Amino acid sequence: MFNQTFSADTQFRKASAEYNFGFLDEYAKKEVRRSVLKAIAIPGYQVPYSSREMPMGRGFGTGGLQLTLSLIGKKDTLKVIDQGSDDSVNAVNLRSFIEMTCPGIDTTTKVSEATLIQSRHRIPERELREDQILVLQVPYPDALVVVEPSEDKRKIMHGEADYSRLLVKLYEDIVKFNEITISHRYPTRINGHYVIDPSPIPRWDVPKLNNSKSLILLGAGREKKIYAVPPYTLAEPLEFDDIPFRVESFNDSTGKRRTCWRCGCDHSFLDEFIDAQTGDKRYQCSDSDYCDEQIKSQVNNQELEG
Amino acid sequence: MNIQPILEVEDFSKTFILHEQGKSLPSSQSVFLKAFPGRLTALIGPTGAGKSTVLKGIYRTYLPTSGRIMFTTGQGQILDLALADEHKILELRQEEIGFVTQFLHTLPRQSTEDVVAMPLIKEGVPHDIALEKARDILGKLNLPERLWAVSPATFSGGEKQRVNLARGLLAQPRLLLLDEPTASLDAKTTDRVIELIQNLKETGTAMIAIFHDMDLVKKLADDVVKLEPPVGTEHFFNSNTNEVA
Amino acid sequence: MTNDKVLQVRNLSKVYGKGCSKCFELTGPEHNTNICPHCGSVVAAHDISFDLYKGEILGIMGESGSGKSTAVKNLFFDEIPSSGQAIFFDEGKQYDLFNLNAQQKRHLRNHRFGMVYQNPHLGLNFNVSAGGNIAERLLMSQLSNYQEIRERAIELLHRTEVLTERMDEMPKNFSGGMQQRVQIAKALATNPTLLFLDEVTTGLDLSVQAAILDLIMEIQRESETAMIAVTHDLGVIRLLAGRTIVMKYGRIIESGLTDQILEDPQDAYTQRLVASAL
Repeated sequence: MFNQTFSADTQFRKASAEYNFGFLDEYAKKEVRRSVLKAIAIPGYQVPYSSREMPMGRGFGTGGLQLTLSLIGKKDTLKVIDQGSDDSVNAVNLRSFIEMTCPGIDTTTKVSEATLIQSRHRIPERELREDQILVLQVPYPDALVVVEPSEDKRKIMHGEADYSRLLVKLYEDIVKFNEITISHRYPTRINGHYVIDPSPIPRWDVPKLNNSKSLILLGAGREKKIYAVPPYTLAEPLEFDDIPFRVESFNDSTGKRRTCWRCGCDHSFLDEFIDAQTGDKRYQCSDSDYCDEQIKSQVNNQELEG
Repeated sequence: MNIQPILEVEDFSKTFILHEQGKSLPSSQSVFLKAFPGRLTALIGPTGAGKSTVLKGIYRTYLPTSGRIMFTTGQGQILDLALADEHKILELRQEEIGFVTQFLHTLPRQSTEDVVAMPLIKEGVPHDIALEKARDILGKLNLPERLWAVSPATFSGGEKQRVNLARGLLAQPRLLLLDEPTASLDAKTTDRVIELIQNLKETGTAMIAIFHDMDLVKKLADDVVKLEPPVGTEHFFNSNTNEVA
Repeated sequence: MTNDKVLQVRNLSKVYGKGCSKCFELTGPEHNTNICPHCGSVVAAHDISFDLYKGEILGIMGESGSGKSTAVKNLFFDEIPSSGQAIFFDEGKQYDLFNLNAQQKRHLRNHRFGMVYQNPHLGLNFNVSAGGNIAERLLMSQLSNYQEIRERAIELLHRTEVLTERMDEMPKNFSGGMQQRVQIAKALATNPTLLFLDEVTTGLDLSVQAAILDLIMEIQRESETAMIAVTHDLGVIRLLAGRTIVMKYGRIIESGLTDQILEDPQDAYTQRLVASAL
């Protein structure tokens, strides 16, 4: 207030010094950690927690953020992604908030370097390791909400693993559209009992939940729920015996797999966009880090060959 | 006579208690009768002697006010039909005791031949064989063939009676109760019924029958039991106390 | 008829309210009320005992408030009884119905029991198609092959005479009689041992009523399903039930073979009921 000559950097440092490490007070973090332990102990079960006010609107990833802030330590390397990109506004803002309130941590855009990854709507293409934790931001934690409005009744249904009405939803989908049309938030059964909403990840990412080497934590700030897919745990998307779950197809009308226009990758989840100049449809890796990595390895290969 | 009776009614009485009108109405009083395998016992007596009441009492449509109705089952068990468990009665009605009345309750969609074949089907007789037998007996009872596939719901009294007879006779129960089985039949069909009843006797069925016509009693009855109207008729009581005699 | 017992109910009572020591003494037909004058609790059912055997239809008859629906709701786990015992016999096993945990109850409800309500909104999910309603019950019983579910749903709808071309339509497009048929198909989907029918034909046109009753009787003849039919309609009782229980103010006032109840009713109330109907 008195000294108007503070640089942006010193203002930043000053602000961070006024907060507890991780913004949340230690008691709040402990509560989140206790909930995380419970969530791991009961795979797929939605553990209620108090969900503190964060200095941003609920719905902007406050559930994931509270998980990250409660888990992160000074030795951690953090990656924050939004729909596969490290550079989108939401990712950038969350990352700078965590950097500000957690002095001493490292951040990265590389999956391989990160110990903690907070993500919205995607799971990285590169397989995660045992020493990594993935935190997913969740808008709607309860897969049953589409068939049962009463939370009381939903809790009983979860307790009894009664998911027949969700399956009816799939049945009706097939009747109407000849296929299961759920594109995101695909209901997935964890460890043979609880069905979770895996957050708005595409179907492409659902198989990555199964038998994952890393711990996957899901946090819903507005709905005040934390749940987990522990490492090496069964995660099965709901399906019929004769109409199995399928990931998105990226084949063109001739049946040929589309590739990323940037890196040429033919095995990643692709985003479609219209080229502003030519007006053509283009496809590009949704996971920008993975895309960069592919380009880099191609360059390396060319160098080696050259 | 050394054959054992299949049924022994001892001192059967039935008085209806009509709460609404506050009166009791004696209908049968101190009836004794027996039914033997292969023989027909005819109940005779004036109107009001309670002949139908006795049959309904044996069938348990009426609950006797007093008396015993001892029935020997196919397995040799002797039980009092007045007191037997309801499930036992239903089982006996299905397997051992038949009742041919002038009334028939059926559903509009069930065909006549199915109605007649039903007891056999329930016993486990294959559907086509049961149907064949049903058609055979319907033919014998002069029910026009065009009616066989139709529901008896809309039939005339005489036609319904033939359906009832066909069903009751085809089932070959151990005990058959007949309440004026020929009341609305023509002479020709009545002769057929006589023939069929005689045939059934030969298979060992015991029968208790009420005939409107003494001629039939002479032709068919091996034993005759005469019933008298109950002495002392209506008795009024205070309905508010709901006390039953 | 095989004499296999399906259900044995003993001294079932259901009291709404806090109840007091005088509740049972001061209510019932002889007091012309089921509301305890002492504490105001409602004795909806008291001392209900009966047996049900395989393949038989038991009628429970009474006016509204007689407790007939309460009895069924307790057995179907829609309500929790105040006291009493009910043993369900199924496939060589016995279940003490009122001492099961929630999952066991749900299992029986979904697999071994069926319920057809007077109001199709209670028995059908109006947000999913007729076929989807049947699929729901099949999915509950762990059938997980789409094609098999479709085929079984078609078979059931065909059985209950619903045009199978209409199986993917929403129940709200159907007539009342058709909705009942879909409900019956849904209830039968798992071949239940015990089927509850709660005023299934009430409110339907007479011709539709007859067709539904006919269907129920056909089902009874074909399967060994034991049924409990709750109704205030003597005609329904006459056609369906082999045995009948008459209830008034929460108590059984009379029970017997249906023809005996209708032709030789013992209780003043039953006599009045029968006389007014015939």
